[in-house]
Amino acid sequence: MTDTTGAPRSFQDILLRLQSYWAAQGCAILQPYDMEVGAGTFHPATTLRSLGTSPWAAAYVQPSRRPTDGRYGENPNRLQHYYQYQVLIKPSPPDLQALYLGSLEAIGIDMDLHDIRFVEDDWESPTLGAWGLGWEVWCDGMEVSQFTYFQQVGGHDCHPVSGELTYGLERLAMYVLGVAHVMDMPFNAPDAPIPLTYGDVFKQTEEEYARWNFDVADTAMLLRHFEEAEAECAAILAQPDEDPKTGKRIVMAHPAYDQCIKASHVFNLLDARGVISVTERQSYIGRVRALAKQCADAFVRTRAGGWQA
Amino acid sequence: MPDLLIELFSEEIPARMQVRAAQDLKQRMTDGLVEAGLTYAGAEAFSTPRRLTLAVEGLTAQSPTLREERKGPRVDAPEKAVQGFLRGAGLTLDQLETRDTPKGAVYFAVIEKPGRPAADIVAEVLEAVIRNFPWPKSMRWGTGTLRWVRPLHSILCLLTDDNGAQVVPLAIEGIESGASTEGHRFMAPGRFSVTSFEDYETKLKRAHVMLSASDRVDHIWHDTTNMAFASGLEVVEDRALLDEVAGLVEWPVVLMGEIDAEFLDLPPEVLQTSMREHQKFFSVRDPKSGQIVRFVTVANRETADDGAIILAGNRKVLGARLADAQFFWQNDLRIAQSDIGKWTQALDNVTFHNKLGSQGERIARIAALAREIAPVAGADPDAAEQAARLAKADLSSEMVGEFPELQGVMGRYYIAAAGYDAAVAQAAEEHYSPLGPSDTVPTAPVSVAVALADKIDMLTGFWAIDEKPTGSKDPFALRRAALGVIRLVLGKNLKLFALTQVIEFAFALHEGREIARSESRFDDGNKKLLKSLGLKADSHIQREQLVNELKKMAQKRFRLNSHVSEPSRTVGFWQLSDGTDVKDAVDGFFSLFDEDVASLLAFLHDRLKVHLREEGIRHDIIDACIAMPNSDDLALLVKRARALDAELKTEEGENLLQGFKRASNILAQAEEKDGVEYSFGADPKFAEDPTETALFTALEQAEPQIKSALEHEDFPAAMAAMAALRAPIDAFFEAVQINTENQTLRRNRLNLLHQIRATCMEVADLTRIEG
Repeated sequence: MTDTTGAPRSFQDILLRLQSYWAAQGCAILQPYDMEVGAGTFHPATTLRSLGTSPWAAAYVQPSRRPTDGRYGENPNRLQHYYQYQVLIKPSPPDLQALYLGSLEAIGIDMDLHDIRFVEDDWESPTLGAWGLGWEVWCDGMEVSQFTYFQQVGGHDCHPVSGELTYGLERLAMYVLGVAHVMDMPFNAPDAPIPLTYGDVFKQTEEEYARWNFDVADTAMLLRHFEEAEAECAAILAQPDEDPKTGKRIVMAHPAYDQCIKASHVFNLLDARGVISVTERQSYIGRVRALAKQCADAFVRTRAGGWQA
Repeated sequence: MPDLLIELFSEEIPARMQVRAAQDLKQRMTDGLVEAGLTYAGAEAFSTPRRLTLAVEGLTAQSPTLREERKGPRVDAPEKAVQGFLRGAGLTLDQLETRDTPKGAVYFAVIEKPGRPAADIVAEVLEAVIRNFPWPKSMRWGTGTLRWVRPLHSILCLLTDDNGAQVVPLAIEGIESGASTEGHRFMAPGRFSVTSFEDYETKLKRAHVMLSASDRVDHIWHDTTNMAFASGLEVVEDRALLDEVAGLVEWPVVLMGEIDAEFLDLPPEVLQTSMREHQKFFSVRDPKSGQIVRFVTVANRETADDGAIILAGNRKVLGARLADAQFFWQNDLRIAQSDIGKWTQALDNVTFHNKLGSQGERIARIAALAREIAPVAGADPDAAEQAARLAKADLSSEMVGEFPELQGVMGRYYIAAAGYDAAVAQAAEEHYSPLGPSDTVPTAPVSVAVALADKIDMLTGFWAIDEKPTGSKDPFALRRAALGVIRLVLGKNLKLFALTQVIEFAFALHEGREIARSESRFDDGNKKLLKSLGLKADSHIQREQLVNELKKMAQKRFRLNSHVSEPSRTVGFWQLSDGTDVKDAVDGFFSLFDEDVASLLAFLHDRLKVHLREEGIRHDIIDACIAMPNSDDLALLVKRARALDAELKTEEGENLLQGFKRASNILAQAEEKDGVEYSFGADPKFAEDPTETALFTALEQAEPQIKSALEHEDFPAAMAAMAALRAPIDAFFEAVQINTENQTLRRNRLNLLHQIRATCMEVADLTRIEG
């Protein structure tokens, strides 16, 4: 385990402290979703689980990909692949702000020396058909988290309301560790037998993906993948609720949602390749949103979504 | 009489909503209390990021008892009627009073509604106010259904009188009212109880919360300016930012920091915008160089290190932001210096409005218009056209992409960097102006030409696609554009600026759209038009040919309209190839264009009325001047209106107006009665009374004076000459009866009245003046 007494010394130190903190608060510590997503919100543990009436409390790291943000690893703050730390609690507890501030203390931010502010920032995801109200949290003028009370997801009103916390891990860690360039940040302990920086781990991949994202990815193939994911999502959801083989009621909300995630990521890649015009953009976003809505409709007809026989 | 204290304590309320919400709380609470029969001496509302507070002084302890008397049926009325009355009043027979009236003994019901204690009313009204609060955006949280701007945590509701404080009991969705609150989140955690507003305010202060937003504003501004002054610097004023920052803190602590030297070369506007938009920092300027050299941030707490860590963190974040800005600035400069035309070309692919084409097309129209307007504005047409072509180039730059509010400003820098004339660069910045009623109006000739062209193209464009503002809907800010035109023309006092011509020219640049609309209107079934050409609506092929011909004609007329006065005078001009004369048809087809020109001019006149109302000039005075010739020359129109307004404010002018109205009314009645117009000119030889002769003489003198004054646009002199008629007119009406038996005399006098009217009407259409 990590030493949680002194100041954190590495990227992973901060991540591990967040994990222990939220585990101590009773969250299920999940693992990253095994698909490419643009943000931690896409994980079904957030999107789908924020729907329906069943209580939920989960925290996890989610590797996130934003192809257009690639800078070949040169920009001190921008990456096409980065980590988000995500917490979702339903219903939102009355002391969620205090719990959140506790997490900052857990990673070494001394509340007596820093200036923490909750600044209005309403969240909206046009691709997920979702919105909520909340803040961006500032620490000494820097945005360190997004704090949102979900009001609607996939076109469904959230009842009860989930509280969502999203930490941009690299930025937060750079601030806590006092690092100017992300690639210089210690990934593991600086005095480990084999000390590794963030750059040791990711500099090369940032270059490779930036080249592929911007110039090489086969756009015809990607367009095809988008169409296929869209079609598969519809085909999955068109199946009858009752599985003819087992005779059980099995609504396949998650497999369908995987196709929605896929379509969304393919769209992001196409965007990075610059083949989507301004007008087309809106239409693609609308198509992904339509998938998200259908998946949400399906999820609320599952047991986890609150369906009862 | 008790005092009432209410505090609604929640998670952080968006800064922009706080002040309004406090006002809404005060308004709705006091309205509700008064409606329920209570009165109060005074009320004040406060807001911080976490609370809305209302203090009401001198509330009545209970609402008054209400007594209502109802008259019922006579005592000897049928049983049914009496029962019905009892049911209505909710009483029994023994509770009724019997009174003798002139109609005999009658039942009366006296219903008393006892007064209610203030606490009951407060609880009821507060619950309704909370449940129906007009937040611009509200939310639910947890498992509840209550909506608030962010989760509501506690309600403090206290009535305090000489006997002490009492909690007004109330519970909304599990939140029970109490007498306690919290102080600063970090500097004074924990709850404490209060007994009155004074106690509340004092304890809050001790718990590091400055309750009043205006106190916080004053504190921030005081410390910021002092700190800057101590370093020989000055703060760039920004009221909106100051208000916003005061809504982000409960305990403001002002900190000043240095901007890294490597960023000091950035234009001050860029530094200021980046700091304001991203970080909510104030800019601090060196008054000698005008450079922005420091920033001020407002923290929400004191720290043991006097804010050293907070300041260092803020400075670091600013560094990252400014590094981005510097990257944009350097990239942009490179492009501006090598090929600024690349940016304007890129605008061909940017949509301005889906029915009005690309930004590129719009720029071409503005350039043509600017060229046309240039001579009137005293600008070189070539320079005006060039400025118009470059004015929006910066919309393609990275900096404007990041900070849209820097459009124009960046244009000035980049165009200058590209080596163009300073006047051309300046026009890029100024051509958006004036943006609001208080924005400064450019006066540099090239800027004025481009600014006018920009706005006139906006107006004619949206007119041409029939997107005029209606009621409160003005999505394209066309009222603002119209006011801009007015202020530019008046500000520069543009001589002989015949707006109609410019508007027609501008509409001609939208000819395709005008024709398309005419065509669709035609297609809607302009039977009359077809008929005038001897065609039937169903003769489809002929109709198509006709439309094509008409379009060609209309195009010709569009192009000619702005330059040739009456093209239709040319024989054969309006004939189709087969010799059919289609002038009427084309006019019909074309009427839309004329309607658009007229309605846009009327729109501008309306805006002018609003503009002049602020000067205190009444709308009917402007109407009286709009009715005069050349009223599309706004400068002339305003000159006339100001003179008329001044004249009518004098006793002389006011009385003249009465005299004019009297003359005008008598004349109108007589003309209607006799069915003739008395416009033959009166003859002095029929003058009988000395006052009549005097009036003839006065008119004879006034007429040339007015004429000459008007020729010189000396409206005050014209008005004075007109007002000089007041005494002779008054004397004339005093001494003479118009409608005498003698028909010759009567006719002559009516003709004289006509002359009075005609003379006055030379100056302004006084019939339009009210009162």
